[in-house]
Amino acid sequence: MNRPLPRWAELVLLPVLNLVLALAVSALVVLAAGQSPRAAFDALVIGSFGSWDSIGYTLFYTTNMAFAGLAVAIAFKAGLFNIGVEGQAAIGGLGVALVCLGLDATLPALILLPLAILGGAAFGAAWGAVPGWLQARRGSHIVITTIMFNFIAAALMVYLLVNVLIEPGQMAPETRRFATGLAKLSAFGFPGRSPVNLALPLALAAALAVWVLVWRTPWGYGLRVVGANPDAANYAGIDQAKRIIVVMAISGALAAGIAVNEVLGTHQKLILNFTGGAGFTGIAVALMGRNHPLGVLLAALLFGALAQGGSELAFEMPELPRDTVVVVQGLVILFTGALGGLLRAPLSRLFPARA
Amino acid sequence: MIAKPRGSQSGAPAIECRAITKRFGHVLANDAVDLSVQRGSIHGVIGENGAGKSTLMAILHGFYPMDSGEIRVDGRPAAIRSSADAIALGIEMVHQHFMLVEPFTVLENIMLGAEGGALLAKGQAAARQSLARLAQDYGLVVDPDARIEDLPVGTRQRVEILKALHRGAEILILDEPTGVLTPQEADDLFRVLRALRDEGKAVILITHKLREVMAVTDHVSVMRGGRMVAHLATAETSAAELGELMIGRRPGAATRPTPATPGVELLGVADLRVRDGAGVARVRGVSFTLHAGEILGIAGVAGNGQTELLEALSGMRAPDSGTVRLRGVPLAPCDAGEMRRLGVAHVPEDRLRHGLIADFAAQETAILGYQGDPMWRQVLGLLSGRAMERHTKALMAAHDVRPGVPGLRSALFSGGNQQRLIMGRELDRAPDVLLVGQPTRGVDIGGIEAIHQRLRAWRDAGKAVLLVSVELDEILALSDRILVMFDGRIVGDLAAGAGERELGLLMAGAH
Repeated sequence: MNRPLPRWAELVLLPVLNLVLALAVSALVVLAAGQSPRAAFDALVIGSFGSWDSIGYTLFYTTNMAFAGLAVAIAFKAGLFNIGVEGQAAIGGLGVALVCLGLDATLPALILLPLAILGGAAFGAAWGAVPGWLQARRGSHIVITTIMFNFIAAALMVYLLVNVLIEPGQMAPETRRFATGLAKLSAFGFPGRSPVNLALPLALAAALAVWVLVWRTPWGYGLRVVGANPDAANYAGIDQAKRIIVVMAISGALAAGIAVNEVLGTHQKLILNFTGGAGFTGIAVALMGRNHPLGVLLAALLFGALAQGGSELAFEMPELPRDTVVVVQGLVILFTGALGGLLRAPLSRLFPARA
Repeated sequence: MIAKPRGSQSGAPAIECRAITKRFGHVLANDAVDLSVQRGSIHGVIGENGAGKSTLMAILHGFYPMDSGEIRVDGRPAAIRSSADAIALGIEMVHQHFMLVEPFTVLENIMLGAEGGALLAKGQAAARQSLARLAQDYGLVVDPDARIEDLPVGTRQRVEILKALHRGAEILILDEPTGVLTPQEADDLFRVLRALRDEGKAVILITHKLREVMAVTDHVSVMRGGRMVAHLATAETSAAELGELMIGRRPGAATRPTPATPGVELLGVADLRVRDGAGVARVRGVSFTLHAGEILGIAGVAGNGQTELLEALSGMRAPDSGTVRLRGVPLAPCDAGEMRRLGVAHVPEDRLRHGLIADFAAQETAILGYQGDPMWRQVLGLLSGRAMERHTKALMAAHDVRPGVPGLRSALFSGGNQQRLIMGRELDRAPDVLLVGQPTRGVDIGGIEAIHQRLRAWRDAGKAVLLVSVELDEILALSDRILVMFDGRIVGDLAAGAGERELGLLMAGAH
């Protein structure tokens, strides 16, 4: 029998135990590669939190993970598995770039910056809303359509960057640099040298906004009803189809936060594959964060640290095969995300049932 | 597969439970329960919801291990650790909710679990043969090649019984078998059960309907609060005595409704036609009027269009055609939220599916459908947890919802308390029209009385109640007027106090 765990155990103990389990198995992998797990762990921690620079990098990756996690989580609240964050982020990047490329000569940065963010959000929202519409009105399964939309987005980006938006006379498939003025604004006085930028506070604000929207508005209440019991939504007079379309648009807009962080906040130009798989990691982030904004932020921090610490690890311990780092990251995703419920049953036996 | 006759020591009961105890957390579901059922007898087990009947039967069928006690089959100690053990011992159960594969034929369902080897042909032949034999022996006639989804409920139940017999049932447990049947179908079932008894099988009938116990059983055991409180020979007892044993006090004589004083028409329905999700016409031209100060009962066997009628009137399903008048004014098509704003509240038939959200706290279930209400939108129009909690606390006190804990998950309340919470939510806005479906399904006797009283009080306050129920007793106890629905049409319009037989015939479509 599956008894529910006490709240604190469900929210804190279980994720921590999953993480410990993942690290334990990772240690075995490192050991098998003939290296010291202790040294690897140290390199990982120092690499991600050892200096202002590395903290900055960690937070930069955290920002991507947070936006991706929030995008997955809010859709999941309506019972929708949005696998398309990657594509929505890419198209969001297109929106950001089009606004910047078109207007950076005419508008001051102070107006251009919010406009670019809105442009990215609008493009991401549109790319999310179409699968939402297909699900709500045509019954096409959201998992299938969002996966397909990832491929369409990727193909579209390649075409545009190779044929249309490429800087004349260049070989690399990327746009010209956006006119200066933005770079200064996007840095926000974080110590050290790292790409962390204004997208980080934006992600924190987005997390707060998601919380208020989902848990403190009648709209969000309806969203949760749609996710938890669609029949009851019908009974309560909540328009499911509309909720699904709108929440997918919001999810896509949140996904575009990755583009704000990468394209607007760092590269200052649109490049191919700037998302780097963050949209997919967002699924694990949302799973581990139990689809709650606070949990998502904490999980995002963990995955941000893994991303940063992992590349430091590869640098510090060149004897360790490069793939080991990927394996370690994968193990954490596996144990905290996919196998998140692995320890629930044994754990629930430890806690006395509450009447 | 022919059941091997089991060597029974003469006189040993077919199944005997000794001091079975089962505990769930702090709840003692079965407290040293004894039960002894003879071959060739129909044994009733009665008790309120939560009395422990289902737990006992689940133990007999291997769903739960018992904490202590002993089960003997034919006088020999039996270890039942799983359903497979139970089936091997010849113990079969017919569940309240049928365990049939709907797209499969009768034959394919019968074979389930007795497919007989790598190729189906052998099992099929055996099943066909035993179907023919069982039809002859017990009058259980079913077309082996009919698909389950095309069969009426009564026939599906026959298939369940046939499945059990095909697998060699010696001890047959039926859990609330008549809940979904017309009186005539129930009579057929009882005929079959008597035939089984006469063949020397042991039949255990779990029910809360005293009339059935008196009609069909030979012995009866009464459970209350996890204990066996009596074992009686049916011939030596009475419905009144059993009722008293069951609830531990003498039930108040069924209060006859005070004569209704109907006022103005509140709800008028003219030639309403509704299709279900699969496009099947379920309501096929229904017209009636509902007045202030009146309870209008809609009787009928489940699945004759009542569900779709309620869904259409509450705004959950758009009707095909027809008009609905509210207070004399024709309504434009609108959703469930709009109907609520217009003063039509709805206590849904299936409370788990529609009435609440199992994973939500009670205080969140308590605002379902009214989530936009300014009462709990305080600062900036945001939902206030505190306001919801305060409101729910008051609601729980007024409607006797226990435990009165607004933060508790909705799923953790018992059926009766969930229903009281939903009733409270819907009555809180003082709606002029109350649509109620199966208000006491899965509610214990004490809860039923409270819910009935509230519905009567609502009528006496000059409101209109449309009551849809498959429980004839409930329809008769509450209604000022009774409409009988059959196959999507109103086939009878009777005054309060109509004869049960007449109602039963109308419900069965014999009009």
